[in-house]
Amino acid sequence: MTIAVRTFSQLNEAASAIASDRDAAFFGGGTLIMRGINEGHAHISAIVRTTDAEFRAIRTAGSNFEIGAGATMSDVLANRELSFLHEAARAVGGPAIRNMATVGGNLFARSPYGDFTAALLALDARVAAAGSSGGRETPLADLLRDRERNGHGVISHVSVPRPAGGAEMRFVKVSRVKPKGVSVITIAAYLPLSGSRVQGARIAYGAMAPTPVRVAAVEQALEGKTLDASGVAQALAVATDGTSPASDPIASEWYRREVAPVHLKRLLLGQPA
Amino acid sequence: MTKTPLQFRLNGAEKAVFTEGGQNLLDVLRREVGDFAPKYGCGQGACGVCTVLVDGEPRLSCLTLAETVQGQAVETTSGLADGPELHVLQTAFMEHFAAQCGFCTPGMLMAAKALLDTNPTPSRDDVVEAISGNICRCTGYEPIIDAILDAAHNRRRSA
Repeated sequence: MTIAVRTFSQLNEAASAIASDRDAAFFGGGTLIMRGINEGHAHISAIVRTTDAEFRAIRTAGSNFEIGAGATMSDVLANRELSFLHEAARAVGGPAIRNMATVGGNLFARSPYGDFTAALLALDARVAAAGSSGGRETPLADLLRDRERNGHGVISHVSVPRPAGGAEMRFVKVSRVKPKGVSVITIAAYLPLSGSRVQGARIAYGAMAPTPVRVAAVEQALEGKTLDASGVAQALAVATDGTSPASDPIASEWYRREVAPVHLKRLLLGQPA
Repeated sequence: MTKTPLQFRLNGAEKAVFTEGGQNLLDVLRREVGDFAPKYGCGQGACGVCTVLVDGEPRLSCLTLAETVQGQAVETTSGLADGPELHVLQTAFMEHFAAQCGFCTPGMLMAAKALLDTNPTPSRDDVVEAISGNICRCTGYEPIIDAILDAAHNRRRSA
């Protein structure tokens, strides 16, 4: 088996190359594709990659941050303005993986991976494709919903709204292996507070469905509530509504459902994980 | 069969090899260059035993597309010792019995070197984080953590 490697200096050229070759895969940091090749189930004839510096750039655009899809988890950690994403970036692997794994690649990581994407969902991120439809941003949730049957394309950047003043970003990745392991459940919570009451919370899970998902039932149950034991009770009662966790070597579906409200409670009440 | 020429520096020495499309850096190091220090463990990014430094940063060589290190500097455990003089980390690993079966050691040493090169005064938590992507099934990690902290201390004293 040999795979053609096609490297382009411009992202748009790489996007065109991918669009015209159904058996090619776009290569970000390699942590997913190279694993597939090592395990013998990457059915691709070509790797398309770009050395475009723009693809890795992180910039501010009005009230949004535009994170190039080629930015690594280490790039996110090196950016002080993105501190609200640091916990999620640190949850991805050890230092070597973080020097390789990209923000764009994480959007396509199969469950139980994709912890960073859960945080992006809670932050209401949007994604933009490179090439012909370039620049047009669509909700991240739409990309995730369609990602298995979507055609070929390349994400150019992820657009993340700057968290509102007074809003809290909380994140937990639950793993049975310490300090680092694969996710049993990952929870990202964006909690805007009006006084002491929650207004417009966004809660996302990783490893609780084929892709990271928002949990609308929990969000609605938190509306107008305070973050104390009685305030979060209703949210905990519906903690697994709309989820479809898998049974895999990390945890069974039953176990994931059982522990979801426990970890959601600790996160919402600010108790240690 | 497409072969692509690849040039990079390995532990300070220029290397020029041909790589096959899709070949990973670990495979190039072991098969084409003959550097057997980095090991093949899981091939998935879970074990860290193939850790090398690329331009000073730790990377997993089994998940690194060989062509991406064109013109870059790669460091492996083979380049740690200076002739008969062991690297301060190697001495510390020896003194703390931080290697038992030894399979994880090349990856541990490179992860530790990346830490000490950027942070000469690491805390215990910094060390745990630095080797969090490296699995050891023998030592229980404590001797490795102690060795790295001791190496940092010794390096500061001799500097």
